[in-house]
Amino acid sequence: MHRTGDLFGQYQTLEQQKDSATLGMWLFLVTEVLFFGGMFLTYTINRSTYPIAFAWGSNTLDITLGTVNTAVLILSSLTMAMAVWSAQTDKKRLVTGFLIATLILGCVFLGIKFVEYSQKYEHHLIPGHNFDLSYHTEGPEGAAKLQEAFRQDPGLTAHTQLYVSLYFAMTGLHALHMIVGAGLVFWLILQSMKGRFSRSYNTPVEIIGLYWHFVDIVWIFLYPLLYLIDRHLK
Amino acid sequence: MSEHIVSPTVYVIIFAILIVMTATTAAVAFVDLGRFNIVVALVIATFKASLVVLFFMHARYIPGRTQLVIIAGVFWLAIMLSLTLVDYKTRRPESEPAPALSSMTTPAGYFAGS
Amino acid sequence: MPRVHYLNATYGIRSWLLTTDHKRIALLYLAVVTFFFTLGGIFAAMIRIHLLTPEGALVSPETYNKLFTMHGVAMVFFFLIPSIPAILGNFLIPMMIGAKDVAFPKLNLMSWYIYVLGGCFVLYSFFTGGLDTGWTFYTPLSSIYSNSAVTPAVIGIFINGFSSILTGVNFVVTIHTMRAPGMTWFRLPLFVWSHYATSLIFILGTPVIAITLLLCGVERIFHFGFFNPAMGGDPILFQHLFWFYSHPAVYIMILPAMGVISEIIPTFARRPIFGYSFIAASSIGIAVIGFLVWAHHMFVTGQATYSALAFSFLSYLVAIPSAVKVFNWTATLYKGSISYDTPMLYALGFIGLFTIGGLTGLFLACLGLDIHIHDTYFVIAHFHYIMVGGAIMGYLGGLHFWWPKITGRLYPEFLARIAAIVLFLGFNLTFFPQFILGYLGMPRRYHNYPPEFQVLNVLSSAGASILAIGYLLPMIYFVWSMRYGQVAGPNPWPATGLEWRTASPPPTENFEHTPVVDWETYDFVNRPDLGLATKPAPHLAPSHEDD
Repeated sequence: MHRTGDLFGQYQTLEQQKDSATLGMWLFLVTEVLFFGGMFLTYTINRSTYPIAFAWGSNTLDITLGTVNTAVLILSSLTMAMAVWSAQTDKKRLVTGFLIATLILGCVFLGIKFVEYSQKYEHHLIPGHNFDLSYHTEGPEGAAKLQEAFRQDPGLTAHTQLYVSLYFAMTGLHALHMIVGAGLVFWLILQSMKGRFSRSYNTPVEIIGLYWHFVDIVWIFLYPLLYLIDRHLK
Repeated sequence: MSEHIVSPTVYVIIFAILIVMTATTAAVAFVDLGRFNIVVALVIATFKASLVVLFFMHARYIPGRTQLVIIAGVFWLAIMLSLTLVDYKTRRPESEPAPALSSMTTPAGYFAGS
Repeated sequence: MPRVHYLNATYGIRSWLLTTDHKRIALLYLAVVTFFFTLGGIFAAMIRIHLLTPEGALVSPETYNKLFTMHGVAMVFFFLIPSIPAILGNFLIPMMIGAKDVAFPKLNLMSWYIYVLGGCFVLYSFFTGGLDTGWTFYTPLSSIYSNSAVTPAVIGIFINGFSSILTGVNFVVTIHTMRAPGMTWFRLPLFVWSHYATSLIFILGTPVIAITLLLCGVERIFHFGFFNPAMGGDPILFQHLFWFYSHPAVYIMILPAMGVISEIIPTFARRPIFGYSFIAASSIGIAVIGFLVWAHHMFVTGQATYSALAFSFLSYLVAIPSAVKVFNWTATLYKGSISYDTPMLYALGFIGLFTIGGLTGLFLACLGLDIHIHDTYFVIAHFHYIMVGGAIMGYLGGLHFWWPKITGRLYPEFLARIAAIVLFLGFNLTFFPQFILGYLGMPRRYHNYPPEFQVLNVLSSAGASILAIGYLLPMIYFVWSMRYGQVAGPNPWPATGLEWRTASPPPTENFEHTPVVDWETYDFVNRPDLGLATKPAPHLAPSHEDD
């Protein structure tokens, strides 16, 4: 099928093309909902079975970094939406600007995640590698809490490892999606710098934007489920 | 092309609400609401996600057929979660012993006429 | 035969491997799908030879486990799931709706490459240690204890899943946005409706098997423990995740075949199909209700009675739309002008065998009975009646029906009818004894059995050899026909779909001009151009009462 201008050969009109692309991306996002959904199901079952271990594991996460990351992603969604707006209103240089901002924010997110993962390694919280629950339990008060937790759940070590495994699996899959998203945004920047996007043709920005916002939404759920379990107890 | 262009003002307002809700959910996590902590957290997260879907992803302005796609996706996730939980929540807890087998399940018991 | 068509429009291997023409992509799929069918068939042959004697005649118990696993994986994931959608669906859907191609042709080609890549991983698994977990990959055997090549296999199936997902997205968007002017939803051929429903399942279900196998593989590599009881994990969770997809997957395997039958029956009964809108709605109904029944595979895992009851009831419910289809196909035959060409033989065979398979599914959905026949040969017979007696007969019927359109040539009709009958007889001899074996208590996936079961097993293996002949014959004469078959012309049957209004083989853009549709589907009455010898029955002729 040949392409004439912006219109690919299998389509009759640009509107049909844009409709198809948008519907296609939304359907793909539905598959992503079910894909992450399987892990959310695993989380739900495990958390309801091991509430103590999940609370314990959640409190080993750095809530500041998690909250900052959430704000970073929300800001990146704003810049992404502004990139689409700029294309729709023929402001070609702003498109590139907002896309670059989105990419930078995405990289900040990934950078913070890298810091968090390294912290996990330093604090002996990698499942299967000298896993040590006593992080954050300095002093007699901390030791008493740990003892109480073990009393309520004798298998605390194994069950907290389950929590941390799930943390790595869920945030890892999310980070992979962020990396793909970053790659797509980078491709958009290259196209935008050639002045490709305008009021009449901005479909790629719109649909990659949809993907980016979706990845943000996954994090909006991951954040409270992973970082905010029983924080009032600490 | 019938394209509804959302104004930057709307975007910035939605962004502000999202940030406020993020701070709220973090703060509420430090308050003891017992079983309702998770409920509040999920309600806030759902509210935030809805804002992103409706405004950033333009779901308010797209044809009904595409809106149905979104609803179907969420509904199917709900099916998977709820029916699996139905099985888990109705199983006998491990602490409870299994009921004694009736004597009818072995040939001797069956023909003993009990 | 037209001078220029999609097969000879461009030459060379690059024009095939880089094609975006949905018709060529369909043929690329045909080649690889046939390879996996043959591979799965070889494993099946080895199983049936082994089971000729009670102690096992051919292989060791460990190898036997690998045989039935690899048979299942190859057949389910690499043959049955892609077969009709990726071959016939890809070839026909754009033509049936009057479009030049699918909505995303490059994505379509990528789907094929993804399928091949997934297949390579699985072949690597087969040939470096094999797979012995059963195609169901239950944990913790698959995630921890199995010494076979599980990891490459789950990677391969994971990758293959994306081929399905992208095909599903492509079909849904194509059907929504690429229909020709006048092609309203209720003028769509039922083949399109059934593929739409199948695509819904592709989209909503496949991602779940993807994440499930990903978690299984991750557990195997990193020892995470989600499904390992020793680490606090739960094997039942794996089963829930696995069956949430794998039950709807069986509807992926049967719905397209039902779509084929819905095209064949009206053509060879020369009557509009009975109850078009009910058949269309039942396709959607099967797709939706099919997602609510998965735990009927888990009745013996310790479910609470009321939970099991709910799933049992829903499983009975999902049989209703299937039954609606069987009644409507049968009603279409009534007062029709029936001819017994090969596609019709397959379609009639489908109706009978699918009915038996479907009814025995109800046996299994019955809680009390399932306790006895779960994991026995009864289950195996049940699903082979549907998968082979149903899906494969639909696939072969469709291949025969559309072969003239795809190649421009006719296959040899007499030989094809013989092959269809041989296949039907061989199939029944293979699988009917298995109902009895299962009912008598022979478990599935066992490499040996008590001597009193030998006669039935030998009958089954004998049937399998006849069935094999039934499969080999079409492979031979289809290839023969591509060179020596009689030239077909645009509409040899004749049939009423849009695809039959263009040349055989079609040009690359499908139609000379975009068709404008102003007629109903299966309208045999108002088509003098079809040259049908018989007059339509009086009750079908246009009524003149209101003139």
